[in-house]
Amino acid sequence: MLILSIIFIVIGVFFFTTATIGLLRFPDFYTRMHATGKGDTLGAFLILAGLALYNLHHGFSVDAILVSIKILFIALFIFIANPTATHAITKAGLDCSVKPWEKKESSK
Amino acid sequence: MESFFIYIAMFLCFLVMLALYRGVAGPTVLDRIISISAIGTKTTIILVLMGFIYKRGDMFLDIALAYALLNFIATIAAAKFFRSKKSIVPGEQCSINNGEE
Repeated sequence: MLILSIIFIVIGVFFFTTATIGLLRFPDFYTRMHATGKGDTLGAFLILAGLALYNLHHGFSVDAILVSIKILFIALFIFIANPTATHAITKAGLDCSVKPWEKKESSK
Repeated sequence: MESFFIYIAMFLCFLVMLALYRGVAGPTVLDRIISISAIGTKTTIILVLMGFIYKRGDMFLDIALAYALLNFIATIAAAKFFRSKKSIVPGEQCSINNGEE
């Protein structure tokens, strides 16, 4: 269970890193949204799942199970709230008529 | 195992610094909103990790949940404000492509 939680946390940190690199390197607002909206959600869910597993490796007492359930509530909230926020910001950009980025050669 | 958590929290702080660059130098307002939303998600994870480092998990989990709620509400409020304003440039009306309309 300890090895599994370490694997989950390392994969979650990898997804956070890719989301941040996408936020820095992509050319447009919509593509940055595409990078962070999915990478942050999956990274947060994986790290919180790994921490909930680590919390249970001492034994299944009532306190440990309650703390793990609370961690999974945070993960469930992030899993619902983060795509909703992404959709709201993208809708705001679309209603403000922000033009999507186009490659220069293909438009010609 | 605690030193592993400390290293993970330090790396997430480094990623927060990288995301803060987009918040400072973002070309439009919406880029800054994305950056603050991503920083808030990372901060929630850092708070949960601090609960495990200090062995006060139940206390820090409540703080992390409150921070996630505040981050969500702030992002939704900013998005609704700019959506109702129909412009992301302050003081102007749709200045991104005003050559078309």
